[in-house]
Amino acid sequence: MRNCLIIVFLFTCISVTAQKSYTKNGTIGFYSKAPLEKITAENNQVMSTMDMQSGQVQFSVLIKAFHFKKSLMEEHFNENYMESSKFPKATFRGFLQQPIPDLSKDGQYTVMISGDLTLHGVTKNISTPASIEVTNGIATGKSTFNITLADYKISIPKIVKDNISETVDITVNCRYDKKM
Amino acid sequence: MKKIILLIALSTSFGCLSFAQTDTTDLMAQLEKDNKPETIYTTATFKTTRLINGHTVENTGKGVLDVKISHRFGKLNNGAYELWGLDNASMRFGFDYGITKNIMIGVGRSTFQKTFDGFLKIKILSQSKGKHKMPITLSYVPAIALRTLKFEDPKISNKASNRLFYAHQLIIGRKFSEGTSLQIMPTFIHQNLAKLATDPNNIFALGIGGRQKLSKRISINVEYYPVIGDRINGTTDALSVGFDIETGGHVFQLHFTNTPGMTENSFISQTTGKWGKGDILFGFNISRVFNIGKRK
Repeated sequence: MRNCLIIVFLFTCISVTAQKSYTKNGTIGFYSKAPLEKITAENNQVMSTMDMQSGQVQFSVLIKAFHFKKSLMEEHFNENYMESSKFPKATFRGFLQQPIPDLSKDGQYTVMISGDLTLHGVTKNISTPASIEVTNGIATGKSTFNITLADYKISIPKIVKDNISETVDITVNCRYDKKM
Repeated sequence: MKKIILLIALSTSFGCLSFAQTDTTDLMAQLEKDNKPETIYTTATFKTTRLINGHTVENTGKGVLDVKISHRFGKLNNGAYELWGLDNASMRFGFDYGITKNIMIGVGRSTFQKTFDGFLKIKILSQSKGKHKMPITLSYVPAIALRTLKFEDPKISNKASNRLFYAHQLIIGRKFSEGTSLQIMPTFIHQNLAKLATDPNNIFALGIGGRQKLSKRISINVEYYPVIGDRINGTTDALSVGFDIETGGHVFQLHFTNTPGMTENSFISQTTGKWGKGDILFGFNISRVFNIGKRK
């Protein structure tokens, strides 16, 4: 009986510690589609953590790591819109909504994530569906949602109104291949 | 003995459990701490590659073609008959291209003395923070200009070597804050042929310039090129004040200056206007960028 208990406790211990995973090179892209111009940018240095048991998810995104096809756009993105020297990072802290699927088993899961997105110094609560695919115990999370720039006090001057969309699509793709 | 083992097992697993219950905030904080600080290069020290007449520390992006059209109207003190100078214009059109992030080339043609010019701009140091810290940006700009306006004096041969000018410029710039950038521009000019025996062939100027942003898209700029040492007889120092107005892919620069020249050899060594006497020229530069090369 006691031996059994010991084994149970030990097992609990091992399985618990293996439930936090993270990545340092997740991808976040954004897409703005306006009448005159389509703008895309990608960031491949996204840091994100996921606690598979509690369902807590966090992101930390360096704004300057978003890269554009046009160098001047990248400059304006940082200078005029995101003001990345004042607000160098965007963050997200949220939870997978109950019931949290058993992410220790391989499979495809659809979840809802909600939490606080901080961007350009403004924090807003957002909710978005996401898919989590677990293969060989490694979770890959994907999500697409859109944000309205005005909500985050990112203003678009009238003169470029037809070049920049008021809402932009955000795509997230993170492979949580590191555990701790 | 068994009890001790049980105790150890219990305490270990409780330890683990309590660890599991702390949220991932600590993990994120740890990750951010472990992440080695990368070198972050300062961008947008100035809005474009020209301050007013002369260069800034900025380069055109790799694979980007920047078409620049610049006008300097006549002197304001010409009065109403010349519509305060607007009846006359000196202009330069030019094409700048970024070969790499740090090397750009440009060519242009000015109506001032019918001059063709070409230059290279090489960024040697880039202001940065993080892993590599560098307080300044340093650029080197060698330029050459060929005057094609024929000499009035028939005794002077019009051969090309008599009409060449060279300029070597170092630009040391720093973005002090989001809105404030300053630069100093020691410049050496050589003219192959001096007009008068008393005129120097070599002219040195220590330029200073800066910008202060008034809003995200508008800044006020000042540029001053005092000649140090020998100067061409009757010339003055170029002083200009202007505004940058940026809209997407365009930058409009509107300014007042005392020189009609837009190449180093002309505005540094051949300016004759005096601000005090009202020899002030209104002018503008328009810059439009086109992405023609591939960016990785």
